[in-house]
Amino acid sequence: MKIALQINEGPYQHQAADSAIQFTKAALARGHEIYRVFFYHDGVNNATRLAIPPQDDRNITEQWIALQKEHNLDLVVCIAAAQRRGMIDEDEMKRQGKDANNIAEGFRISGLGQLIDAGIEADRLIVFGA
Amino acid sequence: MSKKFMYINRKAPYGTIYALESLEVVLIGAAFDQDVSLAFIGDGVYQLTKGQNTKGIGQKSFSPVYMALGDYDVNKIYVEKESLEERGLTLDDLQHLVWEDEDEDYAEKDSIRLVSRSELSDVLDDQDVVLSF
Repeated sequence: MKIALQINEGPYQHQAADSAIQFTKAALARGHEIYRVFFYHDGVNNATRLAIPPQDDRNITEQWIALQKEHNLDLVVCIAAAQRRGMIDEDEMKRQGKDANNIAEGFRISGLGQLIDAGIEADRLIVFGA
Repeated sequence: MSKKFMYINRKAPYGTIYALESLEVVLIGAAFDQDVSLAFIGDGVYQLTKGQNTKGIGQKSFSPVYMALGDYDVNKIYVEKESLEERGLTLDDLQHLVWEDEDEDYAEKDSIRLVSRSELSDVLDDQDVVLSF
């Protein structure tokens, strides 16, 4: 089955961010295709490469990066939600004249159309959080 | 082939950003030529109340955007009857949302459909994609 995920909550604050990773691993292990993972609302914060969780805790962003590398996942961060929360990549940093960027490698910034497209193209759209 | 998209709105308009960012998805999604419905349940019914004034909380009001949904061909707006009643509200407390029917000489029609909890569950059953906010 072709599955898309929407993640609506930030890491550590809310179980949704962990559940989404565990769901993704389980779905891939069962041979399903992950069409896209779309990060929305505070879910965009899952994409920061600047988070430093305690060493004896899981690192949510790095888990996504590892999954992305292994399975070539399409990890999309909503640009509208990201911009108002200070999540920007290098291109946006230059375009907006900011002095830093924080989107981890393996994530890409794009528009809400990517969420609608995922709803259209995937067999199931699973929403985590909110 | 178009799919049936349902956006369920469950939260009050202010206090959290879910309502505003739901509306942003609906407006973008309207460009995709899908069959779109909105449902307002629980505190989500407050999103449609008229006479909202956000001056006191220093936030921009997005209340007028709901009035524009008809122009985006978003005209199936389900409001759960029990949710209104539980909050002491009636349809008269909500904005009068309308759309223009091209097939009937642009006759103005009501967008809001007042449905019971069980009727709404049938509507949900009929959807392909359900996004909840």
